[in-house]
Amino acid sequence: MVAEGHSDAFVAFERVQKSYDGETLVVKDLNLQIGKGEFLTMLGPSGSGKTTCLMMLAGFETATFGDILLGGKPINHIPPHKRGIGMVFQNYALFPHMTVGENLSFPLEVRSMGKSEREDKIRRALDMVQMGDFAGRRPAQLSGGQMQRIALARALVFEPELVLMDEPLGALDKNLRERMQFEIKHIHENLGVTVVYVTHDQTEALTMSDRIAVFDDGRIQQLATPDDLYERPENAFVAAFIGENNTLKGKVEKIEGDTCHVALDDGSRVKALRVFVEGEGARTTLSLRPERVRVDVKEGAADTVLEGTVKERIYLGDHIRVRMDVAGNDEFVVKVPNTSGERHFKLGEKVAVGWAKEDCRALDPS
Amino acid sequence: MESLPPYATPLERIWFYAFRVICGLIFFFLVAPIVVMIPLSFNAQPYFTFTPEMLTFQAEGYSLRWYEDLFTSDSWMRSIRNSFVIGVSATVLATALGTLAALGLSRPHMPLKGAIMGLLISPMIVPLIISAAGMFFFYSSINLAQTFPGVILAHTALGTPFVVITVTATLVGFDHSLTRAAANLGATPTRTFFKITMPLILPGVISGALFAFITSFDEIVIVLFVAGVEQRTIPREMWSGIREQISPTILSVATILVMISIALLTTVELLRRRSERMRGISPG
Repeated sequence: MVAEGHSDAFVAFERVQKSYDGETLVVKDLNLQIGKGEFLTMLGPSGSGKTTCLMMLAGFETATFGDILLGGKPINHIPPHKRGIGMVFQNYALFPHMTVGENLSFPLEVRSMGKSEREDKIRRALDMVQMGDFAGRRPAQLSGGQMQRIALARALVFEPELVLMDEPLGALDKNLRERMQFEIKHIHENLGVTVVYVTHDQTEALTMSDRIAVFDDGRIQQLATPDDLYERPENAFVAAFIGENNTLKGKVEKIEGDTCHVALDDGSRVKALRVFVEGEGARTTLSLRPERVRVDVKEGAADTVLEGTVKERIYLGDHIRVRMDVAGNDEFVVKVPNTSGERHFKLGEKVAVGWAKEDCRALDPS
Repeated sequence: MESLPPYATPLERIWFYAFRVICGLIFFFLVAPIVVMIPLSFNAQPYFTFTPEMLTFQAEGYSLRWYEDLFTSDSWMRSIRNSFVIGVSATVLATALGTLAALGLSRPHMPLKGAIMGLLISPMIVPLIISAAGMFFFYSSINLAQTFPGVILAHTALGTPFVVITVTATLVGFDHSLTRAAANLGATPTRTFFKITMPLILPGVISGALFAFITSFDEIVIVLFVAGVEQRTIPREMWSGIREQISPTILSVATILVMISIALLTTVELLRRRSERMRGISPG
């Protein structure tokens, strides 16, 4: 599913730059290939350039430099209404003066489709989002979740090969959002349509995507599958942005193969996996997931063992969240599974914490 | 009607009734001069006052002679025709131009927005007599004075600001992602305008058109300057009716105008409500 080269990419951004004011670049040298049938998510904080990329693909913004290719052809000079790309807007953008049926009929009428064919397609699209009985309603008579479904049906009813989604679930409550995530994922799997999805919600991105492009500062920081992104972040931004993350700062003393020996700022020695360090003597940020830290580790039983002081303890049912002071970082969080041997953590208690070298990733110093 | 809450203080009680009396008085002073014309237009005598026969409700005190006068008079019939021709033409032009201007002015990156807006609504602000005098000299020099196109263009300039203002107000609440959605679904800009934008801003367009029509319909200053005998409108004919021959015919004209105004306002308001319901703003 993942496109490797330029030739078989369905959508391609080639050295795309975008500036609104002619001075600052909102998108800096973007290169991205999206395979046919792929579900790709552009994930990033607001102002990272992800929505601008989507708008350039839809044709509502023009690239200042570079080419955007769809099916191998550059589309920079094709107006939005000739691109044939479906889109789900953040605020749904349903036409309020038309019924649900008329909303879905609009893209088909534009394509001069016959009445019976239109009705057939509308019925199938509505059934797909389980809104078959709502064709006669007006958007104002629908709830947020229902409008979302109709917006989705409208973007798919004319059978585009590419569908763009601009934070489509942002306005829904948490339960509904989770249900819709699965529905969108299933619709994508059933139709085999290519989806480019924009969100700032990492759970959403991890749940639905084949690949995720993490945006920050107008660049893709990392492009990877959800597992890779979480397990193997390539820089400090991605590590901090995806999931929970403990950071320890220090200086690389020695590099042996893929192992870095790092001296933390408080003097403790740590072994870490070399990912993104310039070389010996460089500063580095170590990234460590809270669930990969073990407690009560005996000296020598793990690659690194340090002493932490319990600062806070939160009982969360399936696990206990302990905030500690480890090597001068008092925001160091450990998730302790709530197994049968119930472990009590008292404030101020000294706990030996340890982790494997592979789980401690040495990244750029930012 | 709202009633007094049980915890109202004496002062609140007094204000409660005083407020209604004040409102009633305001209403009376606004409406009385208009209402009083209506029975007077049925006067059997050529006076502008109630005769003793009228006050005692005797049948011979009333007649339709002034209405007959109106409908058999060539000059009155011509002025009624002129008023509608000029009013409707100016309204169509003002609505088309004003709507386009409002659409352009509502674009986010429109340069010189304030200056253009000010220029467009200046006919509303500049004293009419100044506009009229200016138009007279300008139109005279390009042979538009004392022609129908001249009067229509002058009234278009007067009516456009109303359309610009009402349509701009409607566009404030307009969701521009709807036009993007339409483009994305494959609609050309023209189709998007007629199928999406236009139906949604229609209430503003209709209100603006109504104001533009009324403005043209009861406008006299510009007509005095720019129109010739052939272009005399109803207000212009009433003007000479009062100055030259004092005849209650103008009361019958006035009565008919009041009726037309009421009918027009009611129709337009009903249309506007219907289209708002269609937009799904208020529940159907």
